[in-house]
Amino acid sequence: MDFADRYDSSRRSRISRFKPIVLVLAPLLAILFQLYVPRFATFFEMLNLPLLVVVYFSLMRRMPVLGILFGASVGLVQDSLSSQPLGVLGIVQTLVGYFAASMSLRVDGENPAVRLFVGFFFFLFHQFFYWLLVRALLGAVIPVELVDNLVMAVLNCAVGLPLFALFDRLKMK
Amino acid sequence: MEAFFNRYRHLSLLVVVVFAQLILLAWQIKTNQEARGVRVWAVTAVTPLARFIEEVRYKTAHFFSDYVVLSGVQQQNLQIKRDLDRLKLENQNLRNEVQMADRVRALASFVKESQFKYLGARIINNAPGTNSKVVYIDRGSTTGVMRGMSVLTPDGIVGKVVSSYPTAAQVMLINDPTFSGAVISQKNRTRGVVKGQGHVKMILDYVQNEEQLEVGELVFTSGEDRIFPKGLAVGKVASVKDGVQFKEVVVVPSGFREGLEEVLVLIEGGHQPLPTATTPVTNQVTLLPEPTGDDAAGNKFEVAPDKMKTEADKVLERYKQIEQWNGGQMGTSGRIPNYNVLPAAPAPATATPPVISGAKPALAPVKP
Repeated sequence: MDFADRYDSSRRSRISRFKPIVLVLAPLLAILFQLYVPRFATFFEMLNLPLLVVVYFSLMRRMPVLGILFGASVGLVQDSLSSQPLGVLGIVQTLVGYFAASMSLRVDGENPAVRLFVGFFFFLFHQFFYWLLVRALLGAVIPVELVDNLVMAVLNCAVGLPLFALFDRLKMK
Repeated sequence: MEAFFNRYRHLSLLVVVVFAQLILLAWQIKTNQEARGVRVWAVTAVTPLARFIEEVRYKTAHFFSDYVVLSGVQQQNLQIKRDLDRLKLENQNLRNEVQMADRVRALASFVKESQFKYLGARIINNAPGTNSKVVYIDRGSTTGVMRGMSVLTPDGIVGKVVSSYPTAAQVMLINDPTFSGAVISQKNRTRGVVKGQGHVKMILDYVQNEEQLEVGELVFTSGEDRIFPKGLAVGKVASVKDGVQFKEVVVVPSGFREGLEEVLVLIEGGHQPLPTATTPVTNQVTLLPEPTGDDAAGNKFEVAPDKMKTEADKVLERYKQIEQWNGGQMGTSGRIPNYNVLPAAPAPATATPPVISGAKPALAPVKP
């Protein structure tokens, strides 16, 4: 067995598989959560569960192609349910899915510290590219609140940890 | 080329997907359309689930609160009861305000129409005492209220000032047991003294049994006590019956008719005539025949015609007789008759007593 085969076999052993229904329902419920729960508790507006779902599944599937398509799908559904044009969040989530899946090829996605860092990093990544696209493509100005974004990033990565542990239970053996 | 795409297939896919979304975005911005097809699919996929979750949440929350805990219903009930009590109080206060406004308007109208000077006051509290009818008003010596001044309402007198302080005055009501005042009745002009009994009704004392007084007759102040000016309403006679020496008369005061909240203090007043009693008007007038009478012997008496004439009529008739006897008339024939010479006396008539004005006419006996 040469290096490429060993690398390929070790990578395949670290790929997590999920049932298709999980891949459909998890982002759907995350989007529903983001639409519904902040009506009763505005605190949950700071959470970005669809982003965490995209990050997790891209990280665990370790397939950039799947990450791209998964991110694009989730982003377009989010755009469809909002008032802004289709494509803004689609592009952002596509980038998140691709880079999360690419990162998973080099780091251990099941390490809690890695998960915390990934959650924190990709929240800021998402906010930055969203601000950039809205400003460049739509001409709208979103105020840059660095401290708020940092706090929300910490919050999301803290919520992401138990959420990722919950998704781990949905893995196919 | 193919090797290039195979080597960088992930990056190529990324570029393609991002580029496609950029094209979609540009198309939407340029054409100002919203890509409804995609949105319909997304909304159709999400909203039924959202509706279901909301339904479950709503029914669960209301079931728990309405049928298990009932905390919401109980709190709501308590709040409604509190609101109801508050609104009842507000309603009562508003009613009192309206009634007070009506009373004040009546007072203002009475003061405006009267020629005397009044000062409005409000009763602030009662003086202690079980049977005492003494109250305090919110006007005192600093506003001109002095001891002995009359206190009344447009309906009648209610009392007199017995003590005056700088910011308040003590008023003895007319139904106080120690109160008394001189009064006169409207129709029969019967004088007496009205006294308080400690309750609503008063007695009218010192009215002789022979004097006339009717139930329903109005009673006014006579001014003889030098406290209340003449002509102020006191009340109405409720019952009259003869007593041992004086009549037993009960008078219901009229000044307390609308309750006692706001009163007037008579600062400068004067005597005024009593209002005249109005007789009831009837459609049909019944005239009695001329009076006749019988004496002890059974003779029938009838009134002599000349006894119904006044003294002036008799003088005029005598002058006419003189003129007829003298054959002349003043101012016509140039001959002035001598009015000092009486004509021949007519046949003597029977002696009759002189007629007194107001008394019943004397009856002349007529032989059957």
